[in-house]
Amino acid sequence: MNFDDTPQEAEFRAKARAWIDANAPKQYEQELTKSGLGRISLKNADIVEVGKAWQKKKAEGGWACLTWPSEYGGRGATPIEKVIWQQEEGVYGKLTQPFQIGEGMCGPTVMAYGAEEHKRRYLPKLASGEEIWCQLFSEPAGGSDVAGLRTRAEKDGDDWIINGQKIWTSGAHYSDYGLLITRTDPNVPKHKGLTMFFLDMKSPGVEVKPIKQANGMQEFNEVFFTNVRIPDSQRLGEVGDGWNVSLTTLMNERMSIGARLATGFPEIFAFCNDLVTENGSAIDDPAVRSKLANWAVKASGLKYTSYRSISALSKGQRPGPENSIGKLVAGPMLQDIAAFAMDLEGAAGVFTDPAEAEAGGSFQAMLLGSPSMRIAGGTDEILRNIIAERVLGLPGDIRVDKDVPFNKIPTKGR
Amino acid sequence: MNFDFSDDQKQLRDQARRFLAEKCQPKAVRAVLEGKADYDRDLWKGLAEMGFLGVAIPEEYGGTGAGHLELCVIAEELGRVLAPVPFSSTVYLAAEALLLAGSEEQKQKWLPKISSGEAIGTLALFEGTGNPSPAAVKLAVSNGTLTGTKKPVADGAIADFAIVAARTGNSGRETDVSLFLVDLKAGGVTAKALQNVDPSRQQAELTFAGAKAEPLGAANEGWSILSRVMDRAAVLIAFEQVGGADRALEMGRDYALDRIAFGRQIGSFQAIKHILADMYVSATLARSNSYYGAWALSTDAAELPEAAASARISATQAFQHCAKQNIQVHGGMGFTWEFDCHLYYRRANALALSLGSQSYWEDQLIDRMRQKNAA
Repeated sequence: MNFDDTPQEAEFRAKARAWIDANAPKQYEQELTKSGLGRISLKNADIVEVGKAWQKKKAEGGWACLTWPSEYGGRGATPIEKVIWQQEEGVYGKLTQPFQIGEGMCGPTVMAYGAEEHKRRYLPKLASGEEIWCQLFSEPAGGSDVAGLRTRAEKDGDDWIINGQKIWTSGAHYSDYGLLITRTDPNVPKHKGLTMFFLDMKSPGVEVKPIKQANGMQEFNEVFFTNVRIPDSQRLGEVGDGWNVSLTTLMNERMSIGARLATGFPEIFAFCNDLVTENGSAIDDPAVRSKLANWAVKASGLKYTSYRSISALSKGQRPGPENSIGKLVAGPMLQDIAAFAMDLEGAAGVFTDPAEAEAGGSFQAMLLGSPSMRIAGGTDEILRNIIAERVLGLPGDIRVDKDVPFNKIPTKGR
Repeated sequence: MNFDFSDDQKQLRDQARRFLAEKCQPKAVRAVLEGKADYDRDLWKGLAEMGFLGVAIPEEYGGTGAGHLELCVIAEELGRVLAPVPFSSTVYLAAEALLLAGSEEQKQKWLPKISSGEAIGTLALFEGTGNPSPAAVKLAVSNGTLTGTKKPVADGAIADFAIVAARTGNSGRETDVSLFLVDLKAGGVTAKALQNVDPSRQQAELTFAGAKAEPLGAANEGWSILSRVMDRAAVLIAFEQVGGADRALEMGRDYALDRIAFGRQIGSFQAIKHILADMYVSATLARSNSYYGAWALSTDAAELPEAAASARISATQAFQHCAKQNIQVHGGMGFTWEFDCHLYYRRANALALSLGSQSYWEDQLIDRMRQKNAA
């Protein structure tokens, strides 16, 4: 048991470190280090533009989409090398946010199901950040129940005509292409009538509208499709096989090991360490200490859980299921930490103005933003189902709509 | 990075698991629980023969000298089956104290006997209600003899010797405490077994009435030695807890697969699935924290105090949580004497107190994190 690199890993790490040292946009280092949870923004620059420049530089140096084959813009690196790269990239990794869905989900799906000419045309530009991709899965009628989606695709000669609506689409407003799952046959049970495509987001009939969230920010979009034409050549997988294709996409999402998951623990520990209340230093209060200790072992537990997965990768094994717990632990923790910090502030905990609020209002922002952590990318409840069914081997829930033609499934509760 | 046990260590785990599957079935645990024996002598002998008692004791003292990672592996397996033997008192506490602070003569005398299963040892620290602290140590020393009472002392009534914390000063500082080694068979000590929540492991009261005692380690260094011993034991007991938590989770999962209600497996209900998923989460966090503790223990790293407290807190939570929810998944059957659920519930709650309460360790963790931050 040790934390040492193998000689090959150490060599790779040294190379990566040297390259990053010579090329990283260091003028943003401080700002990126300080930026905490959720989407990052920069004061005097557009985060997407800065991100694109970094991504392009990485691609030119052979450090983009590391595990992809080099003919598609990657480096042919091993999964453990990707983890090492992420460790070395550090805060600059925050700049890769606009490209993560493309690299982690859209790209691998195109790689698995796309025609060779498409792979050569689209993947290198995705890898270099020249073209950004988004993922168009969730719908108003299909969140946790993705397969309940209603966006229609109807064949018209060599094209398909798309009508419907997607929701919660991150980055749709700056994306060039999208991975789109549609319903092509409503007369068969819901999982069987789906088909996957990719499309140009500038296609006529595509309309992107930002969603104003509960915390006042706008990070997601609604995307409306009105008679949008997609050539059949942009279909990924067989007609009616979209569900299986989507599993490839989601599987790749779960493979992201060592992801930088915020728990809020370093922030709350520092806050309690510095805060003096009418009863003295907050961290000397036994109730505070107990809370902190409980969060500390969750944060360290997640950290060392990811180390176990990294170790499996290092040996060339597939990581076990242990990594599936991350968001389920971190989401509620962020929410609890935010509320606890505000409680320690007393009545003044209501302030959100950075000039008035303790810790620059960061816990208030965390409180208002953290509900999304427990919903986006799979709700806490869906994650528990996944652990129960795929890790512990419990039977799937009884699905009353499983064998019912999609157009016979009720659409209203009452 | 290789944050995992080696193939050899995994083989040792398989070997221990096979051995315990045969020698430590639930009926063996129940025999001690129901008072038919004070510990399982056959199992104890078997553990000695397998070399498990001396796995972290150097060869020169009769052990196999394999190391502490190997001891963690054995601990997890013992925890899975609730082994009704004085392993933790003898190996994690007494032997570790001897290895850390014993004189050459003391080590020569006791460590080979521990390895061979001839001697049971324990640590006599607590004096009634309360958490470990130098101020709580009242037991008096005079002319090399001890007078006072210690309770609870794990396995105190079956132990051959005890490491005893005694008061040797009144400055109000840690240096008021010294450690002594007492041969419990040499007279001057009466032992009384006391009923406790987990009768598969014995707890006792030891009364010292002028018992002859020899110093263990330097005078007035007792508390600092004890802290180190407790950290080491915290990691090792964490592995027992991780083993117990995993087994309780498996029992709950298996029952959810077997039991039919409302015409379906109860494991198909989300209410049950989510209970089990949460058990998996806490067991996984505990395992990962314990691995870090194992690394720190085996390398004697500067991070050990923080790692030990994290492992302790996380593993205590996980075992208590899994044992409690295993009963809930079983419903009424989980509350019967006949089902094994209560054995795990009892052990989880006894181990949770074995080195001081959870709040004590929470306090320790925060102190240690602050020290690290200040450094």
